[in-house]
Amino acid sequence: MSMQPHTIASYDADLKDLDALVSEMADDAASALKSAAEALVTGDVALAQKVIAADAEMDRLQHSIEGKAVSTIATRQPVAIDLRQIISTIRIANDLERIGDLAKNVAKRVIAMGEQPASIKIASSLAPLAARVGEQLQHVIAAYRGRDDAMALEVWRSDGAIDTLHTSLFRELLTYMMEDPRSIGVCAHLLFCAKNLERIGDHATNVAETTHYMIMGDMLSSDRPKADGSSGVDPNWGPNKS
Amino acid sequence: MKIAAANASMRSAASTSVPVAVHAAVDTKGLPEKVSIRNLDFFYGASKALKNITLPLYGNKATAFIGPSGCGKSTLLRVLNRMYDLYPNQRATGEVSFDGEDVLSPKQDLNLLRSRIGMVFQKPTPFPMSIYENIAFGVRLYEKLSRSELSSRVESALRRAALWDEVKDKLSANGLSLSGGQQQRLCIARTVAVKPEVILFDEPCSALDPISTAKIEELIDELKRDYTIVIVTHNMQQAARVSDFTAFMYLGSLVEFGPTQVIFTSPKDQRTQDYITGRFG
Repeated sequence: MSMQPHTIASYDADLKDLDALVSEMADDAASALKSAAEALVTGDVALAQKVIAADAEMDRLQHSIEGKAVSTIATRQPVAIDLRQIISTIRIANDLERIGDLAKNVAKRVIAMGEQPASIKIASSLAPLAARVGEQLQHVIAAYRGRDDAMALEVWRSDGAIDTLHTSLFRELLTYMMEDPRSIGVCAHLLFCAKNLERIGDHATNVAETTHYMIMGDMLSSDRPKADGSSGVDPNWGPNKS
Repeated sequence: MKIAAANASMRSAASTSVPVAVHAAVDTKGLPEKVSIRNLDFFYGASKALKNITLPLYGNKATAFIGPSGCGKSTLLRVLNRMYDLYPNQRATGEVSFDGEDVLSPKQDLNLLRSRIGMVFQKPTPFPMSIYENIAFGVRLYEKLSRSELSSRVESALRRAALWDEVKDKLSANGLSLSGGQQQRLCIARTVAVKPEVILFDEPCSALDPISTAKIEELIDELKRDYTIVIVTHNMQQAARVSDFTAFMYLGSLVEFGPTQVIFTSPKDQRTQDYITGRFG
């Protein structure tokens, strides 16, 4: 949205600073996810440790964004698009911080699983889910930066695909566990990793909702398309049963 | 217009599985229109100051007129109680109906009209007489009251204007001896004393300090229960704080009218957005 500058230039500077902080934090979140996913499917413990170490920086950025947002509200009494942008930065920073935490959780499990060839082989089945989630996150970051409502809505609508992938992974991992009980430990870790990735997708969707609100000024209804059936999978489900 | 285009794309998106946008739609159906302005034009001599204004003023609600200097908001306010009649070469055409009555009619009794539609001005304008007389003076013009009835009217007006406690022991002091904020509340008491139905505020706080401003705003909130309020203000936050509905005017036209909470969070017109966010000209 092309916009005239404020009569008071320092107000524009405040908003621009906030925008830059969100952008920086979004890049950090995207790179945390990318590295965590890579560490997961390659069993790269060193890379996983880097992901964990990088999380502190995201926490620091979130605090800066909140501080800057609060002081801008206090000094500028923002309204309309300005108010929506500031409120959105607070919300998005919160989602990005959660994304960072979830990536860190995945990284921790990579370290717990260690660099065993068997676990790496099974872990690679999470690659499509990780890739899809990474794509969603990239798109929503681009939608925020470009103030692109159509793109934000596209992300919002596409979360169902992630849920579907997650559900099928759930079944796949159950199958591995039944086939070979020695894989149960690794698979249990991987179930959590899959859940963490799926949650990252949810936060990307939240960012899409917030971006839409920022641009358009109305809230999307809460009944977004969901397709995560994993919580509804029959506990008796298995290859030997019908 | 970008926003309009965005709105359109949003709507078309909505038809394909997207979310119904939940908008803070405020139901105005049950609200009585105390004053209805329709197709109003106003002229200062040959120059047109208001262009085809159509606007409802809802009963027991506060409506704020905002807009840059010269946009016509004070002119519009002055039409509502025919203040412009005091000046030659000023005329209004169109329709202003006040409880069904034609305000613009030449047969309109202006004194009666102005007692029913009271006005508070930018600068406090107490009469150079006692606090008591400042209020009693106007009441006597319209009503014959006994001394005790008059005194109780003066007291209730001062109480309504949240001034009673500060002046009850010095009712005979000159109105001009009060502070600016007190003078303005005295003027509000004077307006309330003649039992109006609508009160017009023309920048009532622009000469007041923040505490007096807060008192007047609190008062406006209070007065809404019994009166219909219209306020012209340059202070955007004041409009946001005190009004239920906001009308944004620009160059003599009404650009946008809606519930205040919508105007200040998601205005539809780019000019409204630019103005309230401080991006104008």
